[in-house]
Amino acid sequence: MKCSKCSNNAVFTNPTLCKEHFIEYFETKVKDTIKQNNMIQKQEKVCVAASGGKDSITTLYLLHKFGYNVEALAVDEGIEGYRDHTLAFLKDFCEEKGIILHIKSYQEEVGKRLDTVVPKGRPACNICGTFRRHLLNKYTQDYDKIATGHNLDDESQAVLMNLLKAQINLFARQGPKTKQIKGFTQKIKPLYLMKEKEIMTYSYIKGFNTPYNECPYAKDSYRAHVRDLLNSIESKNPGTKINLINKYLSIREGFSQDKEIRFCEVCNSPCSSQICKACRLKKQVKAV
Amino acid sequence: MKILIERPKKEIEIEFNGKVKDLLIKLDINSEEVIIAKNKEIITLEDDVSNEDEIEILSVVSGG
Ligand code: SF4
Ligand SMILES: [Zn+2]
Ligand SMILES: [Zn+2]
Repeated sequence: MKCSKCSNNAVFTNPTLCKEHFIEYFETKVKDTIKQNNMIQKQEKVCVAASGGKDSITTLYLLHKFGYNVEALAVDEGIEGYRDHTLAFLKDFCEEKGIILHIKSYQEEVGKRLDTVVPKGRPACNICGTFRRHLLNKYTQDYDKIATGHNLDDESQAVLMNLLKAQINLFARQGPKTKQIKGFTQKIKPLYLMKEKEIMTYSYIKGFNTPYNECPYAKDSYRAHVRDLLNSIESKNPGTKINLINKYLSIREGFSQDKEIRFCEVCNSPCSSQICKACRLKKQVKAV
Repeated sequence: MKILIERPKKEIEIEFNGKVKDLLIKLDINSEEVIIAKNKEIITLEDDVSNEDEIEILSVVSGG
């Protein structure tokens, strides 16, 4: 199949483009997303939450390429045979590009690696995610923004999940840029409108070669169902994901951030109760 | 045709001549979840592949 803009072979359909034109399309779309959502001002300091996977590598690469003041922060959960690989890749990548990389580990911060707390095959995402969010916020207080690699697939899955679980109150927390709330570093998602398949195509052409390996812990199986469902609808009705996101964005303003923000009595992190969830979990983990 | 599937990792050999999208249907793989490479070059769903080709099916779903 030929590119719709030149006579070279296409690497993607819908839009049908060759390597060179696909790269141009992809980068322009990300740039426009940043601009239209007023994500970053030129003088601002941005921290990319990086895991070493294709989404965060692409985010990091592009913000750096676009000339923003960017550093990376990775969280090492301590998952043998998994994070070790992706972090090694991330270190090499940052070194090559001259990007400052900070790594914070559960071992240092919580006192234990995740794989010594939760046996393999048991669900770990709740505690893992709580600590990750906690550390990301804690160590980005000196930055203007946290950029994450969330893409159109992640975001349309999240919208659909909230609908299916009737958790409409969570709508206010999503979107391409979080609201400004005291104590929280504002989050931005430059790849908000890019499909996972597009990001994979971009990383492949760019030769990022991010290692593919799967977390050994049992995943959120509900999300996996929703992902399969959305993908099967999308392949028959292209445009389903973006339509869902556009509809969501058009009504998002009507939802307000729920509870009043308080500050944890132990660590002073913003939270909704006396002691934050991370501190409560830390106590339980120490007792394991 | 020799096919390398990334996830779940396996290598298979089948008889096939036709479009990539029909190959994916035959293998029961959703086209939204993969990209296809022939000799390390990405090809589209509309491209033709034949028995002499070596194909890689790469997963686009992130691992964690
Ligand atoms: S899949 Fe779950 S346990 Fe594994 S890294 Fe992600 S949040 Fe943590
Ligand atoms: Zn072209
Ligand atoms: Zn706390």
